[in-house]
Amino acid sequence: MLVSLNWLQDYIDVSKYTPEELAEIITKTGIEVESVEPVAEEVQGVVVGYVEECEQHPNADKLSLCQVNVGEESLQIVCGAPNIAKGQKVPVAVPGAVLPGNFKIKKTKLRGEVSNGMICSLQELGVDEKDVPKEYADGIFVFPDDVEVGAEATALLNLDDKIIELGLTPNRSDALSMAGVAYEVAAAIDGEYTLAEENVEPSNEKAEDKVTVKVEDPAANPYYGAFVIQDIEVGPSPLWLRNRLTAAGIRPINNVVDITNYVLLEYGQPLHAFDYDRFGSNEIVTRRAKDGETIQTLDDQERTLTSDHLVITNGTEAHAIAGVMGGATSEVQDDTKTIILEAAYFNPAVVRQSSKDHGLRSESSTRFEKGVDPNRVERAGKRACELLQKYANGTVLAGVVSFDQLDRSEKKVAIHTSIINDRLGTEITNEEIADILRRLQFDYKQNGEEFIVSAPTRRQDIERFEDMLEEVARIYGYDNLPFTLPGGESQAGGLSLDQQLKRRMKAYFEGAGLDEAITYSLTKKDWATMLVSPEVEREAVAPVGLAMPMSEDYSHLRQSLLPEMLQSLSYNIARKQQNLAYYEVGTVFVSEEEEVTKQPSEMLRASGALTGTWVTHPWQQEKKDIDFFVVKGIVEGLSEQLNIPFTYEKTKVSSMHPGRTALVKAGGKDIGFIGQIHPKLQKEMDLKETYVFDLNVEELLKLYDKEEAFRKIPRYPSVSRDIALVVDESVAAGDIAATISEAGAPLVKEVQVFDLYQGEHLEEGKKSLAFNLLYLDPERTLKDQEVEEAHEAILTAVKEKHQAELRG
Amino acid sequence: MKERLEQLKQEALQKVDQATEVQSLKDVRVEYLGKKGPITEVLRGMGKLSKEERPVIGQLANEVREQIADAIESKQTKMEEEALEKQLEEESVDVTLPGRPVQVGGPHLLTSIVEEIEDLFIGMGFEIKEGPEVETDYYNFEALNLPKGHPARDMQDSFYITEELLLRTHTSPVQARTMGHKNGKEPVKMICPGKVYRRDTDDATHSHQFTQIEGLLVDKHVRMSDLKGVLNAFAKQMFGEDRDIRLRPSFFPFTEPSVEMDISCKVCGGKGCSVCKGTGWIEILGAGMVHPNVLEMAGYDPEEYSGFAFGMGPERIAMLKYGVDDIRHFYTNDIRFLKQYHKA
Ligand SMILES: [Zn+2]
Repeated sequence: MLVSLNWLQDYIDVSKYTPEELAEIITKTGIEVESVEPVAEEVQGVVVGYVEECEQHPNADKLSLCQVNVGEESLQIVCGAPNIAKGQKVPVAVPGAVLPGNFKIKKTKLRGEVSNGMICSLQELGVDEKDVPKEYADGIFVFPDDVEVGAEATALLNLDDKIIELGLTPNRSDALSMAGVAYEVAAAIDGEYTLAEENVEPSNEKAEDKVTVKVEDPAANPYYGAFVIQDIEVGPSPLWLRNRLTAAGIRPINNVVDITNYVLLEYGQPLHAFDYDRFGSNEIVTRRAKDGETIQTLDDQERTLTSDHLVITNGTEAHAIAGVMGGATSEVQDDTKTIILEAAYFNPAVVRQSSKDHGLRSESSTRFEKGVDPNRVERAGKRACELLQKYANGTVLAGVVSFDQLDRSEKKVAIHTSIINDRLGTEITNEEIADILRRLQFDYKQNGEEFIVSAPTRRQDIERFEDMLEEVARIYGYDNLPFTLPGGESQAGGLSLDQQLKRRMKAYFEGAGLDEAITYSLTKKDWATMLVSPEVEREAVAPVGLAMPMSEDYSHLRQSLLPEMLQSLSYNIARKQQNLAYYEVGTVFVSEEEEVTKQPSEMLRASGALTGTWVTHPWQQEKKDIDFFVVKGIVEGLSEQLNIPFTYEKTKVSSMHPGRTALVKAGGKDIGFIGQIHPKLQKEMDLKETYVFDLNVEELLKLYDKEEAFRKIPRYPSVSRDIALVVDESVAAGDIAATISEAGAPLVKEVQVFDLYQGEHLEEGKKSLAFNLLYLDPERTLKDQEVEEAHEAILTAVKEKHQAELRG
Repeated sequence: MKERLEQLKQEALQKVDQATEVQSLKDVRVEYLGKKGPITEVLRGMGKLSKEERPVIGQLANEVREQIADAIESKQTKMEEEALEKQLEEESVDVTLPGRPVQVGGPHLLTSIVEEIEDLFIGMGFEIKEGPEVETDYYNFEALNLPKGHPARDMQDSFYITEELLLRTHTSPVQARTMGHKNGKEPVKMICPGKVYRRDTDDATHSHQFTQIEGLLVDKHVRMSDLKGVLNAFAKQMFGEDRDIRLRPSFFPFTEPSVEMDISCKVCGGKGCSVCKGTGWIEILGAGMVHPNVLEMAGYDPEEYSGFAFGMGPERIAMLKYGVDDIRHFYTNDIRFLKQYHKA
């Protein structure tokens, strides 16, 4: 809502505040002021000039040579506007004048003729293009005849005004009118304001002899009032009225339309004028539209209606979509003589539906949607009649033809001083509360500390105690509330074990050299199901998609964090950042339904993607690129950190390198995978060799055993033995290690590969693997013989299972 | 014999003194102190001496022995030290050469901010609660006093999946769920951080995905002044002791009264500048007293219980605190951006 301070000053005296001070007061007591701006940039030295002579410029077809009286003198001015004419009163920037953009006007020569200044268009005076009336859009502005020659043009054009922009929250639709703003400001500064009575002098003829009103759906249209005004002379509105519309951001059109708009701004009540002679009947019938019914609206569009929409008809055809837009047929035109003026209350939900379905949001629909003041509907009609009488020479017929089932009662809300103080932490007295209610102009009955407040109908937002609590608090001033801390039993706040562990995991990844990334949960459809861990894929039926995505890039919920993370790698690589190591802990979304009806499962995953060089130390000739074992090492480190043993199995995952991908298992379950992404995908995404991991965090949290994680350091010494085995190339080291652990149990506590050899001295197709074994009994010192026996058992087992031979 | 011993001593000590290698010292030891050495020989010849002379010569011989042994030892220690010194000198490195780099990662700026806020409220006795990102219409809107058709639903145009499911538009549903578990009896004191989603086109100030932290305290006799006190403590710890707060009226469907909290502008100290758009204040968060409808729907009697709630955007806080100028920076994961804030 744009509020002209010059206009506001007409209603309530705010002259003792600067615009900025007033803005601060309004912001602190109720409504946020978003900006305070002058109507136009500063303009100096522009006066009203009278065009005494206007002739063709001798040397230029498109220029005129004018003699302009600016009060004390007469100046020769060259003007290029097509609409300049002798006898006009026009804004003249005399030499020394300054126009917006710090444009200084000087005496000059144009095509050989002296020009002592410039005749201005509204745009040149800083008026926004969209607010300029159409007839002046391509030329200079012309004043009405009654202005004084030599007068300051800026004041006449209201260019010295300041505009306060209010950021209205949905509950404060009362401030969608100048009257509402005046009530609010009056409460804020403890000033005086009441909406003035309308003053209409009707003729002897009665409106009811001209039209009838019928309402078919009273719930959708509880009040419909029709005024009839005859002998209208359509023409421009007075300058002051045009200025006010301009200040509010509404383009002036003609007096009839401008007056309905003016009253909309003043009262917050939208009105509509139909051309009586073009209405096609003298009965007004409001009803639900028929499905498929059409109407040609003012914007020359044909619109198809349904029974969700309310229409104003002449008994047969629709002439307006109620509260949203009028029809083209009965639009007020230059030759209009008689109008029907509609002042109605339309159900907010119905208007909302219409404006939404037709994509039409207007000053009018916005107000109906929020609910207009029931006590101001008819008054607004009267106010428009008053102005039409004055400024369009109209004859107002007596009475209003109406249908009326409108509830105009005021809501009663009880408040108690002690409850208010209990809720606010204050010590406000009964007298202070009474004073606040007076400032708000809310009627009340007081009985000790109880106040029964009648909320005025302009304040539709006030329904219950808490609403009044807010009214009292804001006028009392939030600055005046004390600072206290909550009482009650104190509880120790803190992180849950899972939350602590999650932080520990993140700290681990960062310590291991990974940077945390945060990516979008929404991704493109293909990516939603790409690089999904096998155990997640088994549960997911279809990716969860949005009903109405904004773009294909963000249409589905991810089942893996990896695609968007790879996208982040691409983004960096395109910016010459080659060495990247990211991790993210985030949610993936898995639905077991083909057509989603239930909330999908949300699984917390820890994923990472790495590419480029891992270690580089040039002067020591050390350089290590990221490979499978760098990523595996990071995952193994996590296993160590959480004290949860992981095992790894070669596997295939689509979009992953078929030979460099492993399933990760823990606690007997699949918990994720690691490996290199498929070279084809790398190419597609402009990536170099890239390795990833993806782990199920919730499963890890479940397996984590706080007690076990802090085992005692063993008291007895361990025994270390090495063993080198020759096996077929295809045998996995992990499988042999597993066999060793199993056969050596319970004494073998650790099995570590320390050498892998292939080549000379070994048979073709064979490899040698060397393991270090750690024997330990936590309860006593081991005897050599026991270790010997266990070692023998291990050798037998690996020979049997893997045809492993001791390397000689 | 006395003379012989003195002579041997002089000879030996001189050799020790002249020795330049450890080996020569060993030679001296063998030569003079060995079983076949001259001193042993002297001692062997003591049988020829008188009873009176024997102990005197014996003692003298032992003294000579000890003196030579001591000399060897101290010379050896000295030589070893010198050798070590020499070796260490040879081992010296150019300390100005660069060290082997350690791969160091770090948290995302948003995580740093969120954890800082979490820790701050934990210090005031709050718990951290989390909840689903795909929510039901009921928990996201209806339980928060936003029935279907409520005009305020316009304020947060949402990503719906079905008519009843959507990506949560705020973390408030976590509050509704937490309250719902208390059967209208126990107090609630929690904050809920998390990702939220709105139908916005991504630009410098809008993101279809962003982060939110909301807080809730429900108990008997919770006052609006308590909200002011808690927010003041938060603002001072988060932004600095010298910052002031102010509350001004606002509107949220789930609170009544509703307020927005501003902090005094750090740049101009409240005088007004371009950062604070001339007002001297910067908007930080929304808050209010929990709406009685919300309490009722969660099973609390609003006559008996009251509460306050607040909500803030870590992106906005990060932007204010660290001068980040584009919200998209938080989601493109530009490594240069991320590294810049590892120490945040
Ligand atoms: Zn400032």
